[in-house]
Amino acid sequence: MSFMPYVPPEQLMKDRSEFAHKGIARGKSVVGLEFADGVLFIAENPSATLHKISEVYDRIAFAGVGKYSEFEDLRISGVRLADLRGYSYGREDVRARDLANAYSQALSTIFTQQMKPYEVEILVGEVASDGGHNEIYHVLFDGTVTDEHEFVAIGGHADEVATSIKAAYRPVWDLPTAVREAVKALSAAEGGEVVAAQLEAGVLDRTTEQRRKFRRLPEEEVAAILAD
Amino acid sequence: MTDSPAVPTSTAGGPIGANPSFFDLLRRTRPEAIPIASFPEAATLPHGTTVVGLKFADGVVFAGDRRATEGYAIADDKMEKVFEADRFSVIAIAGAAGQAVEIVKLFQLELEHYEKITGDRLSLEGKANRLGQMIRSNFPLAIQGLVVVPLFGGYDERRSQGRIFFYDATGGRWEEDDFHTTGSGGRPAKSSLKKRWRPGLDRAGAIRVGVEALVDASQEDAATGGVDAARGIYPTVIAVTSEGAETVGDDEVRAAYEAVVSGGGS
Repeated sequence: MSFMPYVPPEQLMKDRSEFAHKGIARGKSVVGLEFADGVLFIAENPSATLHKISEVYDRIAFAGVGKYSEFEDLRISGVRLADLRGYSYGREDVRARDLANAYSQALSTIFTQQMKPYEVEILVGEVASDGGHNEIYHVLFDGTVTDEHEFVAIGGHADEVATSIKAAYRPVWDLPTAVREAVKALSAAEGGEVVAAQLEAGVLDRTTEQRRKFRRLPEEEVAAILAD
Repeated sequence: MTDSPAVPTSTAGGPIGANPSFFDLLRRTRPEAIPIASFPEAATLPHGTTVVGLKFADGVVFAGDRRATEGYAIADDKMEKVFEADRFSVIAIAGAAGQAVEIVKLFQLELEHYEKITGDRLSLEGKANRLGQMIRSNFPLAIQGLVVVPLFGGYDERRSQGRIFFYDATGGRWEEDDFHTTGSGGRPAKSSLKKRWRPGLDRAGAIRVGVEALVDASQEDAATGGVDAARGIYPTVIAVTSEGAETVGDDEVRAAYEAVVSGGGS
């Protein structure tokens, strides 16, 4: 019979937390921010096909940093949850808050019960219809969930990016301004200019007539905005 | 909760890879939500009637009348039978109405779910095949008389052309070159199209020919609703081109209808 040495729970949690932090700190950052027409997500991502930012449902988008396989797993579960909810009840009953809670539960279970915690941080954003409030939830690797307003940065240089945006942030920004300011903050934190080819951007645009509000910004569009 | 993000989730499609099918997900986690109950008298349930689909120069046009019948009674005069399946495809349904609408809803979600999970839209061919499989899984109901026969079409982005597929109740799938109709008034509608349809019609011409086929069907078939200008009931018409699917406005359909009844050349 194998013998397990005693590890105090404080130490165990601290070790896991450090492990997850280290994994996340190695990666690039994602910014989520509210602007005049909705919610913008923008990330530094050298791959054009392995996305960090994705559509989940009509008004809801997902962004993840850390280990790709792990946040991709969470993204797929979220799309499944949302589509099943929407089919079983109604499309308007699918809310970012429920999704954030489900993610929080799942990540908390993984953090305490699995061999290793997920090395991820995620954002779940929902754009409000006219007059309502947008929602952005930030879920950590241990299931901690916080309700964010105006802007949030996650990933490797989260603090630097957030500080940099904070100085300039205005909720009345239009989309090009929001993209430019977010990229400026990402570049400052990275210590070098981040160009359109290294960026991934997605927007939940409340002004669109479509039921599905999420739209990816193609590289050419981002390049054109940055060139202005 | 069966639908919370359980871990690990990547086992749904087999040993590796996420299964992008919503239908499979539903069958696995919520089998009771798939309509498979048995109904006593199929004839007393609402049935939808005639739908037509035809190709034109830029894509396809689908049109359907608005009537649903219950035996000899008219159940609904404003029913929609033609739906956008996703941005580039359209599905039209004749058959048991409740079942049909449910299958359309499932099919729309199937396409959206696939797109979200994989990040890519299914090819038109892939969509057509998937629809066949979904009809086939409904086969036990079809035997009891709750037949759902769809017409499917859209703009094939890879081949840059419009395509039309039709089905039978067993899920058999065939591709149609020019036009096709289904439903109780399908035969007169098809005869009408045979005389009126020409290759390379423009959009207005295609709408006119489609509406004319439905008008002809409504004169031959009791279960097909005609145009009711007084109450503003016009056929549902959807056109799909490289720009995407677009529901044709009532004004345009009314103009096409007026051209048909006044006998003007198309």
